[in-house]
Amino acid sequence: MLLNGAQILLRCLKEEGVDTIFGYPGGAVLPIYDALYDSDIRHILTRHEQGAAHAADGYARVSGKVGVCIATSGPGATNLVTGIATAYMDSIPMVCFTGQVATPLLGRDAFQEADITGITLPITKHNYLVERTEDVARVVKEAFYIARTNRPGPVVVDLPKDVMEGTIDFKPVEGEVNIRSYRVLKGFNSGQVIAAVDLIKNAQQPVIYAGGGVIASNASQELRELAEKRKIPVTTTLMGMGSFPANHYLSLGMLGMHGTRYANYAVGECDVLVAVGVRFDDRVTGKIETFASHARIIHIDIDAAEIGKNVDVDVPIVGRVKEVLQAINQRLEPVDGMSEWHRTIERWKREYPLRYGPSCEGRIMPQHVVEKIYDLTQGEAIITTEVGQNQMWAAQYYKFKHPRRFLSSGGLGTMGYGFPAAIGAKIACPDLPVIDIAGDGSIQMNIQELATAVSYKLPIVVCILNNQFLGMVRQWQGLFYGGRYSYTDISYQPDFVKLAEAYGAVGMRVKEDKEVDAALVEALKVDDRPVLIDFWVEKEADVYPMVPPGGSLANMLGGE
Amino acid sequence: MKKRTLSVVVENKPGVLTRVTTLFRRRGYNIDSLTVGATENPSISRMTIVVQGDARVIEQVTKQLYKLIDVIKIVDITKERAVERELVLIKVKADNNVRSEIVQIVDIFRARIVDIGRNSLIVEATGDSNKIDAIEDSLRPFGILELVRTGLVAMVRGGGSNEK
Repeated sequence: MLLNGAQILLRCLKEEGVDTIFGYPGGAVLPIYDALYDSDIRHILTRHEQGAAHAADGYARVSGKVGVCIATSGPGATNLVTGIATAYMDSIPMVCFTGQVATPLLGRDAFQEADITGITLPITKHNYLVERTEDVARVVKEAFYIARTNRPGPVVVDLPKDVMEGTIDFKPVEGEVNIRSYRVLKGFNSGQVIAAVDLIKNAQQPVIYAGGGVIASNASQELRELAEKRKIPVTTTLMGMGSFPANHYLSLGMLGMHGTRYANYAVGECDVLVAVGVRFDDRVTGKIETFASHARIIHIDIDAAEIGKNVDVDVPIVGRVKEVLQAINQRLEPVDGMSEWHRTIERWKREYPLRYGPSCEGRIMPQHVVEKIYDLTQGEAIITTEVGQNQMWAAQYYKFKHPRRFLSSGGLGTMGYGFPAAIGAKIACPDLPVIDIAGDGSIQMNIQELATAVSYKLPIVVCILNNQFLGMVRQWQGLFYGGRYSYTDISYQPDFVKLAEAYGAVGMRVKEDKEVDAALVEALKVDDRPVLIDFWVEKEADVYPMVPPGGSLANMLGGE
Repeated sequence: MKKRTLSVVVENKPGVLTRVTTLFRRRGYNIDSLTVGATENPSISRMTIVVQGDARVIEQVTKQLYKLIDVIKIVDITKERAVERELVLIKVKADNNVRSEIVQIVDIFRARIVDIGRNSLIVEATGDSNKIDAIEDSLRPFGILELVRTGLVAMVRGGGSNEK
């Protein structure tokens, strides 16, 4: 059958089970958009390419499928870069298609030409520049395969305009993908599993440290089985939120820089640390020499390069988290004991709960807003965050019960992520409430996506914790730079209510504690458009507890 | 810091060299030398990378390299019985007074004179890196005008091939 490159591309997308893509048209992708005009693939038109990338990322995190976005050449492609880097750092499966100038123009500094394969080299799992129409089908198949298998990640496919326009007699690619230099990891070392089981059996004070790999591997059930069988307390990373129910009696909440005191104490005191789908990030470990220094460490991860990268471990197991946990669970009998260890932890929980003081200015405390959001949605909502204080308060005070419900830029720390990610999440999962917990700084980084959310009638609730500061940076300036608030005062702001209304969204402003609940209830009732609530919160509230950068987890500030 | 020699078998595709060097730069590993060239199989190239670092660094380099989709196989040939060779071209000052002396040195190293100018010679030598260092040191007193080394290429002795 005679098809052009663009038609082949769409056909391959359908083959991969793609029904929704996020994008923004432009000159070099005109052939693709022309083909989309006749296609039943749903294209979500954002207002900025970065929005498309984050939306595809949010869609992928919620659905577990590969997220797809598309942008034109040059500036369209470079606008995707932050979104690609965000997905790369958090191991999110994505395929990003970029337009490119026609092959005869490549390398000649043509209009809207950018070397996007060069630019994205260190922030993609792999990338392709497709030079012949004959290669389109194979490359697309490989791109999806690479994006979703082993440790997932984003793949960029750069498509020159003439490759999309060229017509060939199309034959579908038969059979499985076969790349001789890339093999899907199978199995694991069962000797290491036995070694891990021995350590766990003999542990007196074990802790499980669970991360994004548990969610990527859909292994929450297995994790819970391990924890409950052996009565092992579980702390999660930011990326691991929801991999273990936060309201479970074995849950320690988050560890690390803004983790709970009891999680950090438990890691400091434990004798066996079961690290599952984690990468010992500096925000988690603090001073690396003192991290879990009394513990034998079991590290389960699909990526061999993560083993020993930051921390030496005693029992490394390279494999799929799900399969490895199943194998470990099979070899373990349930126990009742551990009461001594649990009593210690219970005492820490009683003595050092997460808490915050009353307002100094009679304003709303930002933590209170997050608590109310939790009360109203009972941990069932999808929560996205921006980056900074809003992100940490969301992680601390919203008790996630399920995986794939917390969307946050953990690795790259991308301000402006939360709102477009919420759009992707709402499209993937229209039946769940989707709430972006935002700051007044971050929300302005992708505020243009209000137009997207309004045009697709997406009832997303954006809760701006408005303290008129770049709050996390201000907090550091306060703690470590002598209170010199250099350029973190952003009190000149748009009227967010009018701004929302100008876009056709609902705008609300809340200044009093007693109005918080009613405003959220009202916002969650809206079902045909986004709602933006401007909460005027305490201006100089800080996130506590806090491990100062480079410090030991045991030495936390605040929250005593 | 120890030097290690990695033999890296890669897909012969555009951009593979950039992928490898970008990885080294980004992760902060030091390349001492890198050579790349064709192999008996036209779809495969072989890189010989000499890298500085302790065992931990080499382990990370190897694991990170394996994550590149186009990398097929990596062998740390420091640990293997291997043939290692480097080629050097040295343009050395040589007036009539010292010419014979230089020729003697060239003979000792089993090197060759490949060009004769009025006041200079070009010497070509091959060998392992120690030998190349030695000839370079021996000729330095005469005045080295230009020097270029290819970097190391290496091959494991005995059977075995590029693809496993």
